[in-house]
Amino acid sequence: MMQLSCPWCGLRDETEFACGGTTHLERPPLAATDADWGHYLFFRDNPKGVHLERWRHAWGCGQWFNVARDTVTHDVLAVYRMGDPPPRLGA
Amino acid sequence: MRYSALALLRGALSGHRNWPPAWRSPEPKPQYDVVIVGGGGHGLASAYYLAKNHGITNVAVLERGWLGGGNTGRNTTVVRSNYLYPESARLYDFSLRLYEGLARELNFNVMLSQRGHLMLAHSRHDLESMSRWANTMAMHGIDAQLLTREQVGAMVPALDLSAGARYPVLGAFMQPRAGTARHDAVAWGYARGADHLGVDIIQNCAVTGFVTDANGHVTGVDTSRGRIRTARVGIAAAGHSSVLAKLAGFRLPVTSYALQAMVTEPLKPRLDTVVISPGTGAYVSQSDKGEMVIGASLDLFPSYAQRGSFGVLQGVVAATLAMFPSFSRLRLMRQWAGIVDVVHDSSPIIGPTPVPGLYINCGWGTGGFKAIPVGGWTLAHVLATGRNHELAEAFQLERFVTGRLIDEAAASGIAH
Repeated sequence: MMQLSCPWCGLRDETEFACGGTTHLERPPLAATDADWGHYLFFRDNPKGVHLERWRHAWGCGQWFNVARDTVTHDVLAVYRMGDPPPRLGA
Repeated sequence: MRYSALALLRGALSGHRNWPPAWRSPEPKPQYDVVIVGGGGHGLASAYYLAKNHGITNVAVLERGWLGGGNTGRNTTVVRSNYLYPESARLYDFSLRLYEGLARELNFNVMLSQRGHLMLAHSRHDLESMSRWANTMAMHGIDAQLLTREQVGAMVPALDLSAGARYPVLGAFMQPRAGTARHDAVAWGYARGADHLGVDIIQNCAVTGFVTDANGHVTGVDTSRGRIRTARVGIAAAGHSSVLAKLAGFRLPVTSYALQAMVTEPLKPRLDTVVISPGTGAYVSQSDKGEMVIGASLDLFPSYAQRGSFGVLQGVVAATLAMFPSFSRLRLMRQWAGIVDVVHDSSPIIGPTPVPGLYINCGWGTGGFKAIPVGGWTLAHVLATGRNHELAEAFQLERFVTGRLIDEAAASGIAH
């Protein structure tokens, strides 16, 4: 079973967490075109490889945090807090 | 050659040593009228209908691995058309009707078994939404029935209907024409049919890029076996659609997830219909070999790994045993996952992309197998004519900008 390291609670099983999808999405201004708004809501990179995503320790402390995870190997490459900039990986 | 009882007899007389291959393995030509990327059910059906319906036979199907080695060979083989909205009802029932004639059409036994599909109601609210659903289907001219608890018990004696059942069954909603088909046979049948009509099926050939001219129009594809010139490309790559879209320079409203399934050791006939419990996220049917085929809900985090997580596996096994306690001593023989292309409204995308000449068939998510005939039919139509097929008109990429979504999250069967 995949395990994630909650920044507050430490290493726990995947079943305690809920994935909130891609992180670092920026909401466009209210004056955005329909196309920009549609892309913000629905269109994603959906990478085969490193994905920056939000997780919530839903059946634990309830906190959100960010994870850099490989979508092929499921290796967790970094765990960082909401509001932190994306980590530099493999540098 | 045509398969028949006579051909079988002739084969038997020569010890079954002289059967010709069902399709050729040609070297790729430098140029094709149409190139299909993806040799699963949808890609092969697209090639077949391009040749059959539109007379376009200078077609290549490029497959990175082997035919039907992706989701076509990994699904739980259920076919049905119990969808809610009129656009979906038309689309999926057209597919089911093509399935009903497919073995004859392809001269290949796809082992369609219309054994019925039961969706269990575990609460009064389930019953109410199912009666709305069944009535809507009836209005669309599609067979649907509501079953009482007693009728369910008579139809599925293995189901736990006792007072102590963990998930009480109040009734069910059934589509009698739904059932299962042999997934490999669907891929092989379309492959053989397309090959006979002149289509080149090229396996072990990965697409590594798209070539465009100064106007951005597709002029070819780069592959692991060299460049192939073509003015029209159809992508039918399910969970890998976003990877191909990235090569072509655009994004899709798709997220790839792993969807798990598993089979038990074979046993004598015990279950002669398909039973799904949306509330618990498990569904079961019995294969012709006798294995219980168990399908799970999605592993709800993005994944390209063709294996499922143990957490979901535990949950689906627990849910299955709550429904069918007598299965508790069966051993699981195999467990696997396919990578499915989930969009926000659980409806497909069949039509043009931002790149002229490049068309896509994706977004079927957890339910692509049942849609193979119509997916192929409609992708072939837009590739051949440049116009969307009437059935596919509502299922365009632009709906994610206009907001005209067709939300089939419930009808897609399992939890998203």
